[in-house]
Amino acid sequence: MRTLKFLLQKEFRQIFRDPSILRIIFIMPVIQLIVLPWAADYEIKNIKLAVIDHDRSDYSRSLTNKITASGYFILTDYTSSFEQTLGEIEHDKADIILEIPASFEKDLVKESESKLFMAVNAINGVKAGLGSSYLRSIIQDYNREVRTEWIQFPRFSPETSIEVTNSNWFNPSMNYKVFMVPGILVLLLTMVGSNLTAINIVKEKEIGTIEQINVTPVKKFHFILGKLIPFWVLGLLVFTIGFGIAWIVYGIYPAGSFLTIYLFAAVYLLAVLGLGLLISTYANNQQQAMLISFFLMMIFVLMGGLYTSIDSMPGWAQAITKANPVSYFIEVIRMVVLKGSGLADIKYQLLTILGFAVLLNGWAVVNYHKRS
Amino acid sequence: MSTDKVITAEQLTKRFGDFTAVDAISFDVYKGEIFGFLGANGAGKTTAMRMLSGLSMPTSGKASVAGFDVYKENEKIKQNIGYMSQKFSLYEDLTVKENIRFYAGIYGKSDQFIKEKTALVLEQLHLTAEGNKLVKSLPLGWKQKLAFSVAIFHEPQIVFLDEPTGGVDPVTRREFWNMIYLAAEAGITVFVTTHYMDEAEYCNRVSIMVDGRIDALDTPEQLKRTYGVTSMDDVFLKLARKAVRSAD
Repeated sequence: MRTLKFLLQKEFRQIFRDPSILRIIFIMPVIQLIVLPWAADYEIKNIKLAVIDHDRSDYSRSLTNKITASGYFILTDYTSSFEQTLGEIEHDKADIILEIPASFEKDLVKESESKLFMAVNAINGVKAGLGSSYLRSIIQDYNREVRTEWIQFPRFSPETSIEVTNSNWFNPSMNYKVFMVPGILVLLLTMVGSNLTAINIVKEKEIGTIEQINVTPVKKFHFILGKLIPFWVLGLLVFTIGFGIAWIVYGIYPAGSFLTIYLFAAVYLLAVLGLGLLISTYANNQQQAMLISFFLMMIFVLMGGLYTSIDSMPGWAQAITKANPVSYFIEVIRMVVLKGSGLADIKYQLLTILGFAVLLNGWAVVNYHKRS
Repeated sequence: MSTDKVITAEQLTKRFGDFTAVDAISFDVYKGEIFGFLGANGAGKTTAMRMLSGLSMPTSGKASVAGFDVYKENEKIKQNIGYMSQKFSLYEDLTVKENIRFYAGIYGKSDQFIKEKTALVLEQLHLTAEGNKLVKSLPLGWKQKLAFSVAIFHEPQIVFLDEPTGGVDPVTRREFWNMIYLAAEAGITVFVTTHYMDEAEYCNRVSIMVDGRIDALDTPEQLKRTYGVTSMDDVFLKLARKAVRSAD
């Protein structure tokens, strides 16, 4: 116990004397949480639209007006030549081309039917998909308007129409920030936890102080605890700062209890610190440690369900996410922050993360040798 | 000098793959003696020392340090030895006093002991005024003397010094050796590697390692007589020239 006291005292002194650690602790969460959520927004805006209007009629113009009035589209070109407009897509000046045929108004009035053509630049799949579906729904809307205009007696509507209204549960305004900010907070905690621990220990390897410790009777277990406890405290501090920012800047306040979140975060940090420890037992210098954690972070981020839904990944990828601790915490933090889930609802995830903590720390302890 | 053996090694060997770093060395070190461990770079001095101090597992052979077996009781050995590595290994971002307190603390020394002895050691080192300065602000020679004081602060039976005076100026080296003599007088056995031949003259007994083996072991006077030369420098050159292994 006394040994541990000396180890902790030394570690905390070094941490609070190191300006770079302090910068990471305070500046990283601020920047990440203030900048990233604005960029990580799925709503597609500013879709560049080129309209080829061969018709130049009242109807074609009012359709174009309706599209631009939606706020999602920017009309970049309004011409009557297809070749010219195709060049716009090729030069990335347009994302979608809408072609209105010459007989648009005539067909619509006489035959009650007309065809439009849409060409989409699908390099950015998300933008293409969402853009064309926005456009389609605006055109359908327009279609309905035209129809109501023509039918004098709406009671005798010749076609029945089904209208769907919806309400968004747990995130009524579909605010992406409420969804993203807690997830980014999880990533932040993961990075601080694993990187700082790994680099701290590898640094001692580099300067040779770890050998000096290995030649003392300090027990492996004490040495490791002496490293884990300070970074555990630091991680929870960063997490708290992050929540403070989420609340002040975005007004995000968990629907569930802080106790549930902190309990999970406390266990989660043990797993993440164990990972950092494990990395440090394999890496011989700081570059190696950085590269290993960078590699792992990429997988954690892209397979953690932060940006893309795990449910829509292929089966084998979903299996990989099961081995990603980040995916569990992102799921849990969204459940607690948005839905207000309690301890009973996150039991499975909590136990899994506890398993991760035991496994990673156990592996690290076994792999850490005082004698080579 | 007593005849109690504090270190014994018998056919101690360390192999890394098919490279034999230390090749079946045998020797005894007596209590209170200053035992010099000489050899060219890459001769195996550091590896031998690391095996004795419990940092490296021997491949074969027997050895005991302070009465404990190096294979099974290495953690007990650690309680009884001090170690100063080639690399400077105090914490540069801690102060002089904090370093002393940390290392003394993890050896299980009491607060009372640490407090009293710190004052004494700082006075001996003429560092009393620098006690609260960060170690990185000290010149190299002072750092080395401080590292030695820290290595023997917990009053071990044996202290292992791995090229403790590398890169240090001659005046500081002399002061450093005075500290070694004081430690030996206080009953601490000193096991020191060096390649400064003038330092070899200060040792009670000297062993010279060539290509992982001990080629000569005796008092400096006896070695000079055996090889018919007048200085340890010449003894060393005679032996080291036989080496086939290239220095790293």
